[in-house]
Amino acid sequence: MRAQGFISLARTTYGDEQAVRPMKILVPVKRVIDYNVKARVKSDQSGVDLANVKMSMNPFCEIAVEEAIRIKEKGGATEIVAVSIGPIQAQETIRTALAMGADRGLLIQTDADPEPLEVAKLLKAVALAEEPGLILMGKQAIDGDNNAVGQMLSALLDWPQATFASKIELDGAVVRVTREVDGGLQTLELDLPAVVTADLRLNEPRYASLPNIMKAKKKTIDIKTVDDFGGLAAGHLKVARVTEPPKRVAGVKVENAADLVAKLKTEAGVL
Amino acid sequence: MAVLVVADHDNVALKDNTHKTVTAALALSSEVDVLVAGQSVDGVATQAARITGVRKVLSAESDALGKQIAEAMSGAVMPLMASYDAVLVPATSVGKNFAPRIAALLDVAPISEIIEVVDAGTFVRPIYAGNALETVNSADAKKVITVRATAFKAAEETGSAPIEAVDPGPGAPRTRFVADEIVKSDRPELAAAKIVVSGGRAMGSAEEFHRVIEPLADKLGAAVGASRAAVDAGYAPNDYQVGQTGKVVAPQLYIAIGISGAIQHLAGMKDSKVIVAINKDADAPIFQVADYGLVADYKAAVPDLMEALTAAGL
Ligand SMILES: Cc1cc2nc3c(=O)[nH]c(=O)nc-3n(C[C@H](O)[C@H](O)[C@H](O)COP(=O)(O)OP(=O)(O)OC[C@H]3O[C@@H](n4cnc5c(N)ncnc54)[C@H](O)[C@@H]3O)c2cc1C
Ligand SMILES: Nc1ncnc2c1ncn2[C@@H]1O[C@H](COP(=O)(O)O)[C@@H](O)[C@H]1O
Repeated sequence: MRAQGFISLARTTYGDEQAVRPMKILVPVKRVIDYNVKARVKSDQSGVDLANVKMSMNPFCEIAVEEAIRIKEKGGATEIVAVSIGPIQAQETIRTALAMGADRGLLIQTDADPEPLEVAKLLKAVALAEEPGLILMGKQAIDGDNNAVGQMLSALLDWPQATFASKIELDGAVVRVTREVDGGLQTLELDLPAVVTADLRLNEPRYASLPNIMKAKKKTIDIKTVDDFGGLAAGHLKVARVTEPPKRVAGVKVENAADLVAKLKTEAGVL
Repeated sequence: MAVLVVADHDNVALKDNTHKTVTAALALSSEVDVLVAGQSVDGVATQAARITGVRKVLSAESDALGKQIAEAMSGAVMPLMASYDAVLVPATSVGKNFAPRIAALLDVAPISEIIEVVDAGTFVRPIYAGNALETVNSADAKKVITVRATAFKAAEETGSAPIEAVDPGPGAPRTRFVADEIVKSDRPELAAAKIVVSGGRAMGSAEEFHRVIEPLADKLGAAVGASRAAVDAGYAPNDYQVGQTGKVVAPQLYIAIGISGAIQHLAGMKDSKVIVAINKDADAPIFQVADYGLVADYKAAVPDLMEALTAAGL
């Protein structure tokens, strides 16, 4: 019974051709500053100092990896491919995804820090080569805070999009996604293949177990160049400088609530 | 140079984010038009036509636009971009959802959440949860920009621009709207409120959150916010979350109760004019940004605060 369920769920019809293919999930993951580390601006204003700073998988990408694994565990996918665009160290990020449960890795190695447009173009080339049924990714990378690549990838591929997902349900040739929006929640149904970006409350990512970390060492990570996927154009944006935001200075401690209200009224004038 | 602003609205009323984005657009050019894309948006378009400095209002209507589905929104904007050098979109959940699509389709770099216009090609935007500010210069002929509305003053309503219907575009043929769960509240909207009262993990339960945070907010005519921890634990709905990945607020007064002040939370509120923190831990990082700190158990401090407000005639 179980095996049968697995096979039927893992089959997805694509577009008009009605061909039945195994469902692959592609998960783009980015290596970024660890979310617990406070970024420091370099004194020459050229950027943020990343020397000797702890780097980790972008938290939203971790959530995307976790969701892909849960879908696969329920029989909704046959393979999970983690892809990262970045320096050779981004292999560690891919390895983390493999230790969590992804099956295979792809590193597009570059020391240039590509802009969202270039990342989206490279990911499009990867998607056309891998033909996933679903691309699951983070809604935002916590370094650049762009919140753009998923939407751009969807537009370039002309695949449906659902961002800020807090719930994902695969159902044959469609996926239903509940999204966190400004006024509450919105649910959409998308034809597959589609691009979905993960928000914080989609799931709580697992920690990789020791045996899985060992197993992950044997999984394959292909290392390719940007030229294997169409190359990298010159950036469109020039960073003129990176500066510190204006500092807030700590104010005063008040004795009690009455004191607070008095100060808010007379000193701050906000009541 | 002509600039298109895409209006923020809920098909019924125009939102203040639009007026603030128009101010950012006017810093680029005096030729600013507003697109109202939605369903049955005559009233919204009429209001947009009153925004000071707007040259003309375009109105596009379809079912998919009524739900502001990303593919439909970018589909409506794309043909218009032949006549504009820049499109500015408020950085709301709707705006962030479709603006990058336009950039991809125009083959330009999107510029997310600007807080300052330096000149027509140069913008300032926060990165790394607001721990750094990046000044970027765009070489693209057409610019696609989302605007952090709290960083700009709202344009006034003294104008009377003409309104013109435009093609709604192809909609979203492979994306279907299923349902909305939008909670209607009589409180002011979080992103636009003058006072915000936020509760954190310390509340311990949804009941406690309602019992403690909401009466205080109502007494002050404030909006209610929450930390991620409070939302994750189910004490407050997701749209209350303030922070790097939630809503960015900059009210006159922000009161944080039982919130530690993680960098991700600070990213969403540290531009408030006055910050008050109530926390029982004197070393909580929130006190490093608070103008007024009260080291106390909220269980005693909030009732005291309610009383003191009443005594002060509020
Ligand atoms: C990718 C990512 C994105 C994130 N985005 C956001 C975001 O947008 N917004 C956000 O808020 N967080 C965000 N976070 C989470 C953030 O890192 C913190 O975990 C979160 O803000 C903590 O919430 P808190 O302050 O309510 O809880 P805690 O850090 O647990 O603090 C609770 C505080 O309550 C105090 N307290 C306890 N009991 C009492 C009492 N009786 N009286 C008074 N004080 C009391 C404690 O001293 C403590 O300081 C994000 C994290 C990640 C990884
Ligand atoms: N260099 C990269 N390599 C792989 N995935 C990326 C990269 N940059 C961004 N992404 C993906 O795009 C998401 C959103 O990033 P951004 O639009 O840059 O905030 C991330 O969570 C990743 O899933």
